[in-house]
Amino acid sequence: MNEVKARSEKERYKPGVIPYKEMGYWRPEYEPADTDLIACFRITPQEGVDPEEAAAAVAGESSTATWTVVWTDRLTDYDRYRGKCYHIEPVPGKENQYFAYIAYDIDLFEPGSVVNCAASIIGNVFGFKPLKALRLEDIRFPEAYVRTFDGPPTGIVIERERLDKFGRPLLGATVKPKLGLSARNYGRVVYEALKGGLDFTKDDENINSQPFMHWRDRWLYVMEAVNKAQAMTGEVKGHYLNVTAATMEEMYERAEFAKELGSVIIMIDLVIGWTAIQSMAKWCRKNDMILHLHRAGHSTYTRQKDHGVSFRVIAKWARLAGVDHVHAGTVVGKLEGDPYTVRGFYDVLREDFVPKNLQHGIFFDQPWGSLRKVMPVASGGIHAGQMHQLLHYLGEDVVLQFGGGTIGHPMGIAAGATANRVALEAMIKARNEGKDIMAEGPEILEKAAKHCLPLRQALETWKDVTFDYASTDTPDFVPTATPV
Amino acid sequence: MRITQGTFSFLPDFTDEEIAAQIRYCMDRGWAMNIEFTDDIHPRNTYWEMWGLPMFDVDDPATVMYELNECRKAYPNCYIRLSAYDNRKGWESLRLSFIVHRPTDDDPGIRLERTEGWSRTQRYKLYPYATDKPQGERYR
Repeated sequence: MNEVKARSEKERYKPGVIPYKEMGYWRPEYEPADTDLIACFRITPQEGVDPEEAAAAVAGESSTATWTVVWTDRLTDYDRYRGKCYHIEPVPGKENQYFAYIAYDIDLFEPGSVVNCAASIIGNVFGFKPLKALRLEDIRFPEAYVRTFDGPPTGIVIERERLDKFGRPLLGATVKPKLGLSARNYGRVVYEALKGGLDFTKDDENINSQPFMHWRDRWLYVMEAVNKAQAMTGEVKGHYLNVTAATMEEMYERAEFAKELGSVIIMIDLVIGWTAIQSMAKWCRKNDMILHLHRAGHSTYTRQKDHGVSFRVIAKWARLAGVDHVHAGTVVGKLEGDPYTVRGFYDVLREDFVPKNLQHGIFFDQPWGSLRKVMPVASGGIHAGQMHQLLHYLGEDVVLQFGGGTIGHPMGIAAGATANRVALEAMIKARNEGKDIMAEGPEILEKAAKHCLPLRQALETWKDVTFDYASTDTPDFVPTATPV
Repeated sequence: MRITQGTFSFLPDFTDEEIAAQIRYCMDRGWAMNIEFTDDIHPRNTYWEMWGLPMFDVDDPATVMYELNECRKAYPNCYIRLSAYDNRKGWESLRLSFIVHRPTDDDPGIRLERTEGWSRTQRYKLYPYATDKPQGERYR
């Protein structure tokens, strides 16, 4: 190997403290192997800290290093096991921020374990004193590593086949109010929404088994509603039963009961952790169940650009761990979401191969082997009047979730569901006919509303609702300025 | 009731021109069109009868429309759907599937039967009323 040593081996292993850069973690000559994991970090060094030293410290602390020289390194093939920072560059338009590229040998990671990858790469470095802030922007997983994972138990294509629904986004709604309904009343909302035209309804992230509604009661009433709606429409319907619970044993018990009652889908929250997510993915694969992941809690570490973990890394881990749905942004709704950044997340979840695209925040080519595709979910503050924008930005392999936009309809829940379904089908029809839906969207909706009173009422009710705020998590590489 | 399977069931039934426009869209993407019919609208009835083979090498919507009209003449008392198949790696499944003929505007619908189990659990069964009659004698 073309190894440039900062010090002779003898000097390198003198007891004491030496800079990380001189310990072999700063390796500008290194060319990453096809089998390396490569991470891109955004580092903000403390005042006076050399950025190369800071980057080398990140490489060191996320691999073999500790604060001082240890002779036991020499019992190993240490060069292989060191994280190697091979490149840094200033972040465009930012003072004292750098992108640091670090390559890790594939043998540093346990096959098929997201939690091991997370513990390795973000386990130790984020509180490191010489850094003011640190953000993990992206990871390139080599195909050899990707293929050690089972990935999504169902995937977009098989999910569509099981539901017999093709050529359009799926429609969902989260039952509201998310807290306080009894199981009997909760099931009413499910029935009306599914009968009216939605494909799915959903428990919210914090609906588990509270004093006002125990989980078994919810399961029974919801499945009555789902089956009745199937009979009323001739379609396959589902409700994401949230099996999130305090222990794995309780989650398995809830999942088993969902299976016994014939549910096609269950749900978990991101806060259960990667090990629990992978366990539930295995359970779903074994039991022909679609697995919905609500990204509860992610904004605590994904939203701010200078510190944390980008959601594109979370999306990649979710695909490896094996979920079928994950919330990934709406662009136009009430929650954070720059159009280019969200597009990057969607590509990570849905494409077989994702090429490097800095404008979308994608730092590396990412091969996905034969891993199935994850259905992104768009949820939060969206309504029928935005249908053309939703289809334009998000494409058709997505679940559009209109919670308030269904249940808040002036003529009731079923009418709200019908309005959304008609708006969606009309927009798909127009797009397929070659219409420019971004230009003609409102007109297409008006026309569809002529034969659909609920859609007319929905358009009237929510016509002026937009959430026009600048995004926080935006790409750093843009051809034209977007709000920062 | 109206059976709402397929991509466009919430819109008014398409004219032949509107159907042809959807076929054009599919053909432009290299997807093969397929015509199927059934008189059993159970949602888990996956395998509708095929009207010939999928049209792999056809690039004129008029050809599909001709076949569709032949199928309508032969099976006016069935539901007919048109689907588009994409054989590319990573998909190898349908891209679009919509009903293009209905035997009635007002389907008798589906009965929901319940069998009581332990602790209020129910075993549900969906039973299309039309299937009371033998295949081929329904919707007359």
